[in-house]
Amino acid sequence: MTLKLGIFYLLAAFTVWAAAVVVLGKNIVRAAVALIFTFCGMAALYVLLDAEFLAAVQVLIYVGGITILLLFAIMLTSRISSATARVINDQVALSAIAAAGLLVGLIYASAQGIAALSGPPRLPETTPFLGRALLTTYALPFEVVSILLLAGMVGAIVLARKE
Amino acid sequence: MIPLNNYLILGAILFSLGVFGALTRRNAIAILMSIELMLNAVSLNFIAFARYLPQTLLQGQVFAIFIITIAAAEAAVGLAIVLGLYRNFKTVNVDEINLMKW
Repeated sequence: MTLKLGIFYLLAAFTVWAAAVVVLGKNIVRAAVALIFTFCGMAALYVLLDAEFLAAVQVLIYVGGITILLLFAIMLTSRISSATARVINDQVALSAIAAAGLLVGLIYASAQGIAALSGPPRLPETTPFLGRALLTTYALPFEVVSILLLAGMVGAIVLARKE
Repeated sequence: MIPLNNYLILGAILFSLGVFGALTRRNAIAILMSIELMLNAVSLNFIAFARYLPQTLLQGQVFAIFIITIAAAEAAVGLAIVLGLYRNFKTVNVDEINLMKW
């Protein structure tokens, strides 16, 4: 067990535990904070995968943007009552079976298809590489996503404003 | 070297946790959080494949950038909808919002 493998298992356990708190936590604010931990664990895993630019983007956008938005929405839609309300609805058994079946299927597919892939010894510097790729080969999806973000921003403002 | 299957299995575990959360939670914001979890698991898969398969353009990481962008836009619009829901129904529990049920 090399050091890298040990770090991977540590990060994986941390991320899975945080995700379990997100999904099963009774207090919704605790679930949002556990989501922050999940995103940070994922960013650490991206660094382990030589994707340093994506790790930085993950922390900036997910932790710094989306979870703040979620916490604002929780603050605006919370009720003082319901300290002992249920958090899980009536479909627990069926959803658990569905999720477990999905997990088994995905693990089976992962184990079947890819026997022993090791990959290149070192990826190129990802930040300039990605910058060049986004502006040359992937210029069209880049512009389309910009329009999507504009439409999303306008739509969110229109939907959320006070009448 | 960490085998690729480790990352794929971790992604599968996170994805099925997200599926379970999206199907069982009552709070609409918790459902959105489970959807974000699913999108993250998919990103992890893409980036793992970008590392372990010979890709000329790092397509996996480019796709992960787009996933993050679209997740941000979707979270913004989804939360605006949840706010509108709260204004009209005074609750965000999705099983209490059943006006269109027969």
